[in-house]
Amino acid sequence: MMSNIFQPPVGATVYGTLLNHREALAALGDQVHVAPYKAPPKAPILYIKPRNTWARSGDAVLVPSDAAELQMGATLGLVIARTACKVSAAEALDHVAGFVVMNDISVPHESFYRPSMRFKCRDGSCPMGAYVSRDAVANPDALAVTVKIDGEVVQHTDTGGRVRSVAQLLADVTEFMTLNPGDVLSIGVAAHAPLAHAGQRVTITIEGVGQLENVLLAEELV
Amino acid sequence: MKRAKVAYGGAIHDAFEHPAGVQLADGRVLSEEAVVWLPPFEVGTIIALGLNYADHVKELSKELTVTTQDEPLAFLKGRSSLIGHRAQTRRPEGVAFMHYECELAVVIGSTAKNVKRDEAMQHVAGYTVANDYAIRDYLENYYRPNLRVKNRDGGTVLGPWLVDAADVPDAHALPLRTLVNGVVTQQGNTRDLITDIPALIEYLSGFMTLHAGDVILTGTPDGVVNVNVGDEVVTEIDGIGRLVNTIVADATFGR
Repeated sequence: MMSNIFQPPVGATVYGTLLNHREALAALGDQVHVAPYKAPPKAPILYIKPRNTWARSGDAVLVPSDAAELQMGATLGLVIARTACKVSAAEALDHVAGFVVMNDISVPHESFYRPSMRFKCRDGSCPMGAYVSRDAVANPDALAVTVKIDGEVVQHTDTGGRVRSVAQLLADVTEFMTLNPGDVLSIGVAAHAPLAHAGQRVTITIEGVGQLENVLLAEELV
Repeated sequence: MKRAKVAYGGAIHDAFEHPAGVQLADGRVLSEEAVVWLPPFEVGTIIALGLNYADHVKELSKELTVTTQDEPLAFLKGRSSLIGHRAQTRRPEGVAFMHYECELAVVIGSTAKNVKRDEAMQHVAGYTVANDYAIRDYLENYYRPNLRVKNRDGGTVLGPWLVDAADVPDAHALPLRTLVNGVVTQQGNTRDLITDIPALIEYLSGFMTLHAGDVILTGTPDGVVNVNVGDEVVTEIDGIGRLVNTIVADATFGR
């Protein structure tokens, strides 16, 4: 099944994964060894994009008056098909219904020490879609990801280069918490996520999954 | 009014407080032990506060990497962590410090966006008791407290009752405590919240829309201690409820 419209079911939880892209982690350099971090991440570091952030392709993304620009976090979302509790990497993909293009939008912030709801949980800051079922994707760890702003390519990356591959991420996350049908888990945003400002059109394309497009509007104009 | 959601006789029921225990909406009166208690409302976004009682901040200050706090420390929990009254929470083999947190849970009743403090309490539907477990062995300094500490299955205990806001004259004067195997290990009072309920609603609704069913766990006071397999942990708040939980071993979950 392929669809441009995707919305998590009522009661689902959408999880993001922090610093799973090797290059994004490397960008912190030696900072990971000193305060406040003191050590590199060990287990997957997750966060939640709550229901007020959920949006669809075509929805306007509001840029709050206290943010000049927003960071466009293009990533792949894994949509859970059946209860995943302590799954092995080998059987992990059996628990995935399909894949969704996500824009995990943040107010740019330097520190990852504290969970930053004020930066990650703005209304409409998690547009999702298009969606394809799992069998449409041969290898979710090797899909080209392109971000365009007003039609110009500003980021070209892929779903590989992760600290944890799709299967390993599912295994390591479900070791400590259960993912339920309809939940979404992102593989994490790649390094150098581009910034966009009000008035711009952001188009994210993931090879074999589809396209997500949203226009940014200044909140005070709405 | 105090309402609950329970499973009984093959269905899920709305239920109400009764001198003999609990009365289902269909009229049946049952003992507290006869039903399976679920979280007492349809839970939306789960927001939790860290370091929201001054005495607890002092208690943890030894291990905090950064102590200055210029805004409330708010984080989110997923629904898969939820369980109700009289349920079990797993303590993984080999961890050194797993602790409860007795918290007043504020349930949102109506959509709130950019709400000012003076109007904030109008958006509160009611209150329940939360036990917001943490396993400190898994703390990492990224989006701390990270979800491996805070978002474990069975790590968010809610109930037994949703108490209507109208029945709680002052939510900022409620004694709360935790008893482990009958011994009081934690005591506090909601008057000591650093960021009080209207301030939390003003802060959160200033950057996100809160919806009916969203819940704010307002933080815990001083007195968190390690719990072990077999312990009965009772978190209670006067006028709100007495929430019972039991700590079990990996084997109970086939691990």
